[in-house]
Amino acid sequence: MKLFDLGARASNFHEQLVPLDELQNFPDARAVLLEAEHDPERLKPFLAHLELVVLRFPIFRDGRPFTQARALREYLGFNGEIRAEGHILPDQAAFLKRCGVDSVVLSEGSDPALWEKQLHRFHEAYQRAVLPEAPLGVGLRVKPN
Amino acid sequence: MNAPVGHYQYDQIDRNFLQSRIEEFESQVQRRIDGTLTEDEFKPLRLMNGLYLQLHAYMLRIAIPYGILDSRQMRKLSDIAHRYDRDYGHFTTRQNIQFNWIRLEDTPAILRELADVDMHAIQTSGNCIRNVTSDEFAGAAADELVDPRVHAEILRQWSTLHPEFTFLPRKFKIAISGSPNDRVAARFHDIGILARPGVDGTVFRIFVGGGMGRTPIIGQEIFDAVPEDRLLATLEAIVRVYNAHGRRDNIYKARIKILVQAIGIEAYREAVEAELALMNPDHYRLTPETVAAIRARFAVPELVAPDNASEVLAQQRIADREFDLWVRSNTHEHRASGHIIAVVSMKPAGGIPGDATSVQMKRLADLADVHSFGELRITHLQNVVLGHVRQDRLHDLWLSLREVGLASANVGLIGDIVACPGLDYCALANSRSIPIAQKLGARFGNADLQAEIGALSINISGCINACGHHHAGNIGLLGVDKRGEEFFQITLGGRADQGAAIGSILGPALPEDDTVDAIARIVDCYLGKRTAGETFLDTLSRLGDVPFKDAAYEAV
Repeated sequence: MKLFDLGARASNFHEQLVPLDELQNFPDARAVLLEAEHDPERLKPFLAHLELVVLRFPIFRDGRPFTQARALREYLGFNGEIRAEGHILPDQAAFLKRCGVDSVVLSEGSDPALWEKQLHRFHEAYQRAVLPEAPLGVGLRVKPN
Repeated sequence: MNAPVGHYQYDQIDRNFLQSRIEEFESQVQRRIDGTLTEDEFKPLRLMNGLYLQLHAYMLRIAIPYGILDSRQMRKLSDIAHRYDRDYGHFTTRQNIQFNWIRLEDTPAILRELADVDMHAIQTSGNCIRNVTSDEFAGAAADELVDPRVHAEILRQWSTLHPEFTFLPRKFKIAISGSPNDRVAARFHDIGILARPGVDGTVFRIFVGGGMGRTPIIGQEIFDAVPEDRLLATLEAIVRVYNAHGRRDNIYKARIKILVQAIGIEAYREAVEAELALMNPDHYRLTPETVAAIRARFAVPELVAPDNASEVLAQQRIADREFDLWVRSNTHEHRASGHIIAVVSMKPAGGIPGDATSVQMKRLADLADVHSFGELRITHLQNVVLGHVRQDRLHDLWLSLREVGLASANVGLIGDIVACPGLDYCALANSRSIPIAQKLGARFGNADLQAEIGALSINISGCINACGHHHAGNIGLLGVDKRGEEFFQITLGGRADQGAAIGSILGPALPEDDTVDAIARIVDCYLGKRTAGETFLDTLSRLGDVPFKDAAYEAV
């Protein structure tokens, strides 16, 4: 498995990834897998122990994991690692990062250089997101990190 | 030319952003060519850059945010039409322009040329928040309560490459108006916003879940008075609920209207309020400083007119009957004395609704420089507005328009037809829309006849996706294919304004020429039965559709 780090938080490999529905049977679990249809709110009782939440994209066009990532950061105050896996495109790198995702599982043959390029393509954004980003003058614009 | 008024003025940061976007698109095209991107992966990426694959060629749809552009930009569009297309372009019902005969390999070059004049094609298609539309008379109309353009620009910026909302279940359309006379079809949008002055600053009435398409639904009010500082938070919450819960298993049931219908407006409102309760209000606050900073990027026209401007216009109307007829239908009252809003009809009798040649575009740009501070507006009914014309110069403007065949006196009348591109261009269509529009336009081309008939809208869609908004037409036509022949189903009673209603089907579909005859009989029926001062809709609502049905089908 090849990981690509989107931001400052270095990704950590986890041996055991527990599906959300089985989480209550594994009280010591540190890493959980969330499907796109899952409500992140269900992680609430386990968050204190969790170090990694993996969000699975069934297809790159399914934008639900972006909302899940924001809910984890904004509503649930999750400070561990958020990782995206499944069908994702490098063209989504900055969107993922700005929604609070830290790392991506690269699919077979995926070029990390392309991810790097896409991650730093834009030097300006037109709305606030999850990450603290410096404003670009007065207005809505910010400078993505 | 005067400094461009009416739209946000770019700075270097905005221009750098466009350059990065073009470089990104070029690399995506390259990856498609070398096979790194599959066609399925490339498609949404090109759509979000405005590039469609139609029946015969690629189509590029260029954004005109809230419908306002300046003469320099219009000249560039004219140039692109001439050099890269077949010398014309088509103004759309989302106040954009599209070019129907584009070569894929020319697209990056066209995007670069557009960027030279601060234009782009971002989010004119795809399952994202589309180009925000607004009132074509914004900032000029006498009947306006709040000028919605600054907030339209705020919405444009907020929705541009939004990290969370770029892969929504389906397309998402927002319109904003600041007039009690709804000219944006607010109740037929995914989100419709009506701004008005509140006790403590501007407040926003918000409708959700309206739309046309296969399942026409009138939007419902979710909030009556959202304060300005909560506007973006509220929109984030509405779209967030949709992104999380909108259907993704069936594209025909994926719009927000289906979700709102499924759970009900109360449950939707509760879900949005639950989001708002969890959100940090400071993080999402739209501050007065932000609004002021964006407002400062709009140049304001200096509206000075001679004291006798109105008098001059009144005399010219008396002296020239043809001009007077045009003034009656094609102008709107301006907020400033001595000024008037002029609507240039892009619906010449027998022409293609919304099409403009490169020469016409260039001429419109020249006239905007002379008469309206270099500002032009595209309306969602596919016409062009010069927003700030001096009344004593209106006759000059009209004479100039007449020279280039743009003086049709039919705005808001039966000849002001809205039609989708139909089977002449579109791969989804069941029938052509343009030929029947041309036949109807020619049938009712006479200016006196149109004035006599009065306010009456005809909308034509070539398939159930309803891009011609037939559900909202006073008379709506839906093209259907019957064993290879084009038939049209007639609906009556639709309207898109503050009294929004969906038209009702009148009876069996008819072939093209029979449909034109049936509409002529419907109009005759109205003229025969109306009482003094009644519009077509008034008579229809008083009598019901039975007499119209009898008239429509009597000879069939």
